[in-house]
Amino acid sequence: MIETNGHILTVNDLRTYFQTEDGVVKAVDGITFTLAKGETLGIVGESGSGKSVTNLSIMRLIPEPPGKIVSGDIIFDGIDVRKLSIDDVRSIRGKRIAMIFQDPMTSLNPFLKISTQLMEVTELHLGHTKAQAHRHAVKMLETVGIPDAANRVNSYPHEFSGGMRQRVMIAMALSCDPELLIADEPTTALDVTIQAQILELIKDLKARMGTSVILITHDLGVVAGMTDKIIVMYAGKVFEQAPTRELFATPANPYTKGLLKSVPDPAHEEGTELYQIPGLPPDVAHLPPGCPFSPRCERAEDVCHREFPPFVQINENHWSLCHFAKEVYAESVRERAAANLSETQIESHPLA
Amino acid sequence: MNENGNTLISLRNLQVHYDLGGGTLVDRITGGSRVRRVVKAVDGVNLDIKRGETLGLVGESGCGKSTLGKAILRLTEPTGGQVFYGGKDLAHASSGEMREQRKNLQMIFQDPYASLNPRMTVGQIIAEPIRTFNLSNGGNVEAKVQDLMETVGLNRRFTKRYPHEFSGGQRQRIGIARALAVDPEFIVADEPISALDVSIQAQIMNLMERLQREKNLTYLFISHDLRAIRHVADRVAVMYLGKIVELGDAKTVYAEPLMPYTKALISAVPIPDPEIEAKRERITLKGDVPSPINPPSGCHFNTRCRYAIEDCRRIDPALVEIKPKHYAACIRISPERPHIDENDAAGLGAIGEGIPETEKRS
Repeated sequence: MIETNGHILTVNDLRTYFQTEDGVVKAVDGITFTLAKGETLGIVGESGSGKSVTNLSIMRLIPEPPGKIVSGDIIFDGIDVRKLSIDDVRSIRGKRIAMIFQDPMTSLNPFLKISTQLMEVTELHLGHTKAQAHRHAVKMLETVGIPDAANRVNSYPHEFSGGMRQRVMIAMALSCDPELLIADEPTTALDVTIQAQILELIKDLKARMGTSVILITHDLGVVAGMTDKIIVMYAGKVFEQAPTRELFATPANPYTKGLLKSVPDPAHEEGTELYQIPGLPPDVAHLPPGCPFSPRCERAEDVCHREFPPFVQINENHWSLCHFAKEVYAESVRERAAANLSETQIESHPLA
Repeated sequence: MNENGNTLISLRNLQVHYDLGGGTLVDRITGGSRVRRVVKAVDGVNLDIKRGETLGLVGESGCGKSTLGKAILRLTEPTGGQVFYGGKDLAHASSGEMREQRKNLQMIFQDPYASLNPRMTVGQIIAEPIRTFNLSNGGNVEAKVQDLMETVGLNRRFTKRYPHEFSGGQRQRIGIARALAVDPEFIVADEPISALDVSIQAQIMNLMERLQREKNLTYLFISHDLRAIRHVADRVAVMYLGKIVELGDAKTVYAEPLMPYTKALISAVPIPDPEIEAKRERITLKGDVPSPINPPSGCHFNTRCRYAIEDCRRIDPALVEIKPKHYAACIRISPERPHIDENDAAGLGAIGEGIPETEKRS
């Protein structure tokens, strides 16, 4: 056992690379974080930022070859996940660490009844008999709010709507009472009203069961209300890491600032033009020299195009990958003071 | 004030119904459906789109918003009603006439990967509508294509490249350039930013707004993204199971939604601000959007509405002007009483004919 300091998960300098025809793609290139029991971490990034590969690495689901975890530690509850045999990984995966994927249509087997797919989990991990597993499956469906669970458990996936299928996925993920739930874009394929239901459900279950959660998403709105702390990724690197409120209030990285500004938010609307981050998403196989965001960064100076930026510590829990992190942070603090978001402003928010 | 002079496109009782069969003697014998099953994807929509505006059309998946957009351009055949454009009824136009009209009416699609032919170069893709309609005016097609590429923010030397060589955002720009090639008046943009990364969405929205100013375009902007709609749209139409349930000025609809469904929809949008998220109260809707095959009787929303009363299951509400230029389809509100009083058990009004009085054509 490794000392955990009350952390359910510790990821230290994780690097996952892929061999491609284009050369080595550094999909995840140095990510470090800890997750306390009952805590929720949000990982935010655009496509190709490495957020999903981080998740797959923790679960040891990286296809090898072409992928490989080249360095770093993944310590789950005192266990070094990288050193485990595949059988031992399997005994953790689905039982102590569970996942929900983006697409509930493709992550259920269309040929098997919901009951079969739910029962399989507890029969395997908890040694349930068929009868026990069936009872447990019905109970789990009730927990996630599927009406008439005793009958619906015998349905096939196609008989459920998208939101209902995502509920089934959550029921399956929570069947063995996992200590860690990784939700990879759990609501991206769903409508807003259903998204609100699913997020409410995850919040509620977390409060009841004390599960730690990693929520991976591209939507800053989703992480704002759900998480305790956030990691912002870009081109495989951690660009910023901070407690949720601090990240939104006083970001210390130009990319985070740009992302926050480019979401149309009626509260901060000035004029008609929406702020846009210029340029194109990075090609991870051919990153520019220096800071990977420098070609799109309005703040970039010569040094940004030349040298890879340092990971600057702003305060105890706030880090930013930028040559000018301290300056960007100071600027955010000034802007924040000027805006001075008061109680009345919050109440008068057009969507609140 | 003569509003009709400003109206570019008028939809009157537009319908797109898909008959799934069933209900015949044969069906009964062979174990098919006992009742006739009809999907009313678009069910009697009345809507005026004003010249130069962006009309945002929002709704959850399956509510018929894409079908409505396609029906206007006859990419899906309407099964009833009219689409008036320039004094003509497009819904009943001949295919030759319709083809001619496509010079003025264009579409931008959601999926920039699927809507471009992978075997054609970008130059060929953008040039195709110019050649089809012979719009080069004897000039150089190639030059016109290059100008269009520059207009949408692409490098003009990239005409020989294929779609796969571009990123998602760039492909959406190609789709926009193709739509602009014929110099249209009206563009249906069906979820034009949904498939794009957050940082690219802002670029495409800004591009579309700039082009609208420069070319005096009118947009029907279809999206499920309420934050985007709030930003781009002048007016918003909210759709639920084939019907428009609320219509009004974008800012008003978001600030003071009338219909319970609109309220729930807006309250479900996550706000990228933890301080606000912690304080706000959310109206969570129960259940999913019901199946569009034989939807709930009366107001289609009654199964999920916390204010539904017996009459809501019986009466099909009409879209009524509750406040000036702000319409809603709900029998529990009326111009006199625009807010639902939970203690007031009776329905209040809004039981009328399909077409709102002020929007009737003279």
